[in-house]
Amino acid sequence: MQLTVAGNQKEYADGLTVAKLIELEEVETPAYVTVSVNDAFIAGGTFEEAVLQDGDRIEFLYFMGGGSA
Amino acid sequence: MAFSNEQLERYSRHILLSEVGVKGQKKLLEASVLIIGAGGLGAPAALYLAAAGVGTIGIADADEVDLSNLQRQVIHTTPDVGKAKVQSAKETMEAINPGVTVKACRTFVDASNIMGLIAGYDFIIDGTDNFPAKFLINDACVLAAKPFSHAGIIRFKGQLTTYVPGEGPCYRCAFKAPPPPDAVPTCKQAGVIGAMGGVIGSLQAMEAVKYIIGKGELLTGHLLTYDALKMEFRKIKLPAYKDCAVCGEHPTILAPVDYEQKECDLK
Repeated sequence: MQLTVAGNQKEYADGLTVAKLIELEEVETPAYVTVSVNDAFIAGGTFEEAVLQDGDRIEFLYFMGGGSA
Repeated sequence: MAFSNEQLERYSRHILLSEVGVKGQKKLLEASVLIIGAGGLGAPAALYLAAAGVGTIGIADADEVDLSNLQRQVIHTTPDVGKAKVQSAKETMEAINPGVTVKACRTFVDASNIMGLIAGYDFIIDGTDNFPAKFLINDACVLAAKPFSHAGIIRFKGQLTTYVPGEGPCYRCAFKAPPPPDAVPTCKQAGVIGAMGGVIGSLQAMEAVKYIIGKGELLTGHLLTYDALKMEFRKIKLPAYKDCAVCGEHPTILAPVDYEQKECDLK
């Protein structure tokens, strides 16, 4: 199936979960990433159950703390 | 308010813009912006807002200028090392534009003082370096119905969003709660390229200016991310979250809270 991950279209195996995608994409600080699928947040703790569908658009949102001091 | 000849000349490049003009420049001169953190993000934001003639600019920070700040915090100079950051920032801003009032607030912003600090301002800029402060500013601005610009930078990356009361999601909608201390690297641990503060802090100033003059589209409902190595900007949609603890339908955060505050470690 085709997924658009962080703006890039790629082919993935059917039945892929959000948790598996995080692993495949080598997401930094995976325990603290926010995930949206088709512009809706996936609740933390449900990444294992969240199965992706052909055509889904996935975004990873990262904590970014720096700025000052 | 009539413009003096000095003001007409100083702001001529603004006044030429149809989106700003005399009317927009007057709005800027009558506006007030509070910048929390006089560092990597706050420095360029403060410089551009002072230059733009934002009439009242508050700047809050408890720290002193450190030599390691000067790689990116362009409002401070080498002779300022050891000086209070807010004093150093105020002097530079007033040197650029004596027509603006700078209120230096040498304080560590926490739950006990933030509501009072933000109360008199039209727009807030989060230029802080740690998650407890970023959540504190978010919650306080939501509770006080104040628009603000959130941003973060690390290594060769930066991101920002703009919150406008009633018009979209807040920072907490996306990020729920601060990560545990040390779970996510800081700039002190991971480094940051100096010009990143310039890029992202200037974008925060741009959002403040657009909000004040009431032109264009703000980043409301979007997170703009910048990857300098790929030279790529992305505008990611931020969904609203109806169960958000502070701006959701049944909020559980009704007053600002202090999270475990690590010693501000980004010198």
